[in-house]
Amino acid sequence: MMVQDSIRTAFTGLKTNKTRSFLTILGIVIGIAAVILMMSIGQGAESLILNQIGGLGAETIVVRPGKEPTGPSDIGQTLFANSLKTRDVEALVKKGNVPNLVQITPVLMVPGSVSFEGETFRPTILGSSGEFFAEVFNIYPAQGVLFDENDIRQNASVVVIGSRVAEELFASSDAVGEYIKIRDKKFRVVGVFPPKGQVSFFNINELVLVPYTTAQVYLLGIDYFHEVIIKADSAESVGRAVRDIEITLRESHNITDPKDDDFFVATQQALVDQIRIILGALTAFLSSVVAIALVVGGIGVMNIMFVSVTERTREIGLRKALGATEKDILLQFLFEAVTLTAIGGVVGIILGATLSFLAALVLGKILGLAWIFTFPIPAALLGLGVSALVGFVFGLYPAMQASKKSPIEALRYE
Amino acid sequence: MVLLELKNIEKGYPDGTQALRGVSFSVHEGEFIAIMGPSGSGKSTLLHILGFLDSPTKGEYRFDGKTMQDYAKDELARIRNKKMGFVFQAFNLLPRTSVLENVKLPLLYSGIKESLRNEIAQRAIESVGLSNRVRHESSQLSGGEKQRVAIARALVNNPAVIFADEPTGNLDSKSGQTIMEILQWLHEEKGYTIILITHETYTAEHAQRIIRLLDGKLESDTKIINQHRARNQFEK
Repeated sequence: MMVQDSIRTAFTGLKTNKTRSFLTILGIVIGIAAVILMMSIGQGAESLILNQIGGLGAETIVVRPGKEPTGPSDIGQTLFANSLKTRDVEALVKKGNVPNLVQITPVLMVPGSVSFEGETFRPTILGSSGEFFAEVFNIYPAQGVLFDENDIRQNASVVVIGSRVAEELFASSDAVGEYIKIRDKKFRVVGVFPPKGQVSFFNINELVLVPYTTAQVYLLGIDYFHEVIIKADSAESVGRAVRDIEITLRESHNITDPKDDDFFVATQQALVDQIRIILGALTAFLSSVVAIALVVGGIGVMNIMFVSVTERTREIGLRKALGATEKDILLQFLFEAVTLTAIGGVVGIILGATLSFLAALVLGKILGLAWIFTFPIPAALLGLGVSALVGFVFGLYPAMQASKKSPIEALRYE
Repeated sequence: MVLLELKNIEKGYPDGTQALRGVSFSVHEGEFIAIMGPSGSGKSTLLHILGFLDSPTKGEYRFDGKTMQDYAKDELARIRNKKMGFVFQAFNLLPRTSVLENVKLPLLYSGIKESLRNEIAQRAIESVGLSNRVRHESSQLSGGEKQRVAIARALVNNPAVIFADEPTGNLDSKSGQTIMEILQWLHEEKGYTIILITHETYTAEHAQRIIRLLDGKLESDTKIINQHRARNQFEK
């Protein structure tokens, strides 16, 4: 018997049992569709997050106080660490220390809410240099201006607010020139940012930006910074800049052993790598959970193939009496199983791609994320291969049983 | 020429039953033989041995000069495919499959080119008078028609012998008559060797020779002088 005959016989066998064939492949369809969905969403999430981080620019370097966090419990100690102070910033700015440094700003996060004539809103309050912030996030006030170096030097009570903050406090009236209260202290609104949305981990629409000196001294009353952001002259010089920063800060803190560092330096690249690893692990984990569905689907196929072999005992006996060899019977049933699961794989890929596309649409439209639908071609090919393999693995045993049936027993079977 | 030869064939089963207890006879090419006996006499077991579907526990069975042991498993399948045709009491057609596909089934395993299969199968269907049913599904046919399809399937590879196991057992007398008419015609006009298993004396008397089995032994082996003519009977 030729291979194409085996395939045709298998197809005929499947066609004569349409409902059962469909129900059998359902498990495979769902398994493959879920794998495709997981992989597509994983890729989409990765590119979304990387795009947002990318918004900060590869030249950006962040210095944080405390030890580098190795787990969630370490984040607290970073937040409350007080090792980054004005003299560190002064040391970093000194030309000989970090030659590749072009810009620097300390950053402070201020908890609290803002209010104007009885309207209250809880924004993200950030202390920073106005110019540096605008440059890094590429956003400039739509109305009014940024605060400048003078304001920073004088701890001026001035503020630039995000579009949502302006809306909440002032509705449609003009915000520039008005006085708002931050933690019961008066600030003059000098500028309003245009709507922009999520960039990196901030929603700029809900941002309230004050000079970092004002935030540190006037609002928080502390003598340290939460982080220091530095811009290097090019992405290539980031590595050298990081080394220079570490040397400068160790000198400033009288540290000789890097293990005793009370600060750590993070680059965008490191962050990107980290996120990629985390998302990759997450996707792999979810996909492997989903892969269990495939095994279950495969067992379903095996189960049905056993039923089919028992049910068609007479047919097997007849075929053997008419001259089918054991190999012919084996191939017939094996092809049936593989064809079944391969069809399941194709349907699953189409279903998974459709669902991923819909998910991208929903995430993009409803949640307002810049979600990009990606069709994971490697996953699709893998899915097809895996589904055929499932058919082979789980079809082999029933097919072997079929081929070993004695023709007499098989013909006698009623 | 001797086509098949049995010498002291015995067949026992693991549970201790002895289906055949020393059966010997031989069949020449072109003979039409009926094997008779009450149920439990070993008829079916004998047919399985004759058809290389089962092996005897003792004795020697030669088909075309060779025993079952002379062949590998796949060769046995090839012999069944090329040299033997089977007709069963229960027809054993593939359900939900057309007459043509059913008759083509043995060709699938015989290495005949696909382009030739339809024609060969059509010719076999024609010879049992079912040309107008080629595209019908087997379930749409009457019992007599089903058995004719089964005969066409047995013929399609032009075998040396046709084994018919109670071919009229599931049919009314008129359809049974037609089946016997076809078998007789195949024997007389086409020269096929036919071995028929039946428990009806009337059916057996269409053959030239009757072998009677009783309790796994040969009871008698007689030539029929006044062979029933299926056509004559049918016309009366």
